[in-house]
Amino acid sequence: MRMELRKPKDIPGKLIAVEGLDGSGKSTQIYLVKRWLEMQDMKVFFTEWNSSNLVKKVTKRGKKEQLLTPTTFSLIHCTDFADRYERQIWPLLRAGFIVLADRYMYTAFARDVVRGCSHLWVRNLYSFAMEPDITFFFKVRLETALDRILSARPQLKYFEAGMDLGLSSDPYESFRLFQQRIHQQYESMEETYHFRVIDATRTVEEQQQEVRELIQSRIDLPHFKKRSRVSMA
Amino acid sequence: MAKNFYGEGLPGVDGDELHGKLIVIEGADGSGRSTQIERLTAWMERHGHAIVNVGLKRSTLVSDQLDIAKRGNILSPTTRSLFYATDFADQLEHIIIPALKSGFIVLADRYIYTLIARDIVRDADRAWVESLYSIAVVPDAVFYLKVSPRLLVERNFDKNVVLDYWESGMDIGLSRDMLESFLKYQKLIQNEFANMQQRFGFEVINGNRSPRAIALDLQARVARIIGGIPIDQPERETTQTLAIKSDNGTIEREPRIETNHVHSFSISAEEVNV
Repeated sequence: MRMELRKPKDIPGKLIAVEGLDGSGKSTQIYLVKRWLEMQDMKVFFTEWNSSNLVKKVTKRGKKEQLLTPTTFSLIHCTDFADRYERQIWPLLRAGFIVLADRYMYTAFARDVVRGCSHLWVRNLYSFAMEPDITFFFKVRLETALDRILSARPQLKYFEAGMDLGLSSDPYESFRLFQQRIHQQYESMEETYHFRVIDATRTVEEQQQEVRELIQSRIDLPHFKKRSRVSMA
Repeated sequence: MAKNFYGEGLPGVDGDELHGKLIVIEGADGSGRSTQIERLTAWMERHGHAIVNVGLKRSTLVSDQLDIAKRGNILSPTTRSLFYATDFADQLEHIIIPALKSGFIVLADRYIYTLIARDIVRDADRAWVESLYSIAVVPDAVFYLKVSPRLLVERNFDKNVVLDYWESGMDIGLSRDMLESFLKYQKLIQNEFANMQQRFGFEVINGNRSPRAIALDLQARVARIIGGIPIDQPERETTQTLAIKSDNGTIEREPRIETNHVHSFSISAEEVNV
């Protein structure tokens, strides 16, 4: 039933995604990549999970009033993704941009399956989207990620804490159990989706160094310079 | 008694707990769906059955957003599909499933088939759309009111004076002429329903007949599913008003019927006694 994920060959752009638990430091790393490329005058575009204006109101309302079930939660996030994919990611890739995605469909694969959605159904849902050229998985020990998030004693929101799963009535305990399950899902995807695993327990600088080196080895960066500048070639 | 799902179903829902009946009426705008649903509802309630009416785009979660989004050009085909699927899923989980658990009869004014047909006609990937809706409960019966596109045009003009932009498929660019586009679009939708008919087991109802004839036909078919419910006698029905109340409260004549589509009204004794 599952369609092969679209993997077009003649797309001039490149897609780089980062995945990882909350507190893994992936957003910091992708931000630094963005700055690095921008300062070299590259055609670069950054997109973030759950950020489409089209869907924002629905998501906000659904979350606030706790109207969301695992299925509608999944569908709404996919709608958000589809909106950004069809209006930004996909056209920009064809226009020859480097697109940086802070979380991609693997976030949905992990969260929705943990919430009880069918593994196959969720993968099918996202089958319109191409696999990234590089997916970085920022891997930390679960306890490290939890410490980074929870040491600040944040006000955890209902869905963020995975309270809808009914794992625990204590938001912090619920968050722990929820993150643990997501962590397992990510690990199970490493090979299938060719994650480039980055040891996110090291320093920010060390990680960024490794990320940049890998990008340079896989992508012909001068090719993505804006045309207003004289080409290097 | 138990229900099946088209796919792997929904998290936390056991098909064995769904004791009610799910009956779906499908058909284009102007096919007489709402009239028939009203009649069926009244008939079943008269005989003591509890009915829950559901339809498309009625969920509290996204229906407002869908209305707003439809006005502009901001929905891509995929996001539109997903919004409708969200709306459907919301009603499925919050209305249909709880009602079926409590043994109600759920009467659905359209179901996933209209949504699938609309998406396929707009070039969506069939496997993708069908997987999307594999969360749906398999109904006990699906009645598809098939009405010739020409008659649909008449009824839509009678009712609204204009043809609806989306029901005319104006977004797909079949023709710049609205009537032509409407006829082409409805034909495409009907073809897709014909495709789905075998696979999903629709009962095709000739919707070119009078509302009364269709109502009795539907009663006979629904009686087979529910059991122990007497269908109205034609004589008794004729003593009731033939006129239909339109939305604005005025009494309208019965929709005109194209003579070449008229099927004489008759119900055999066997059907009545089933």
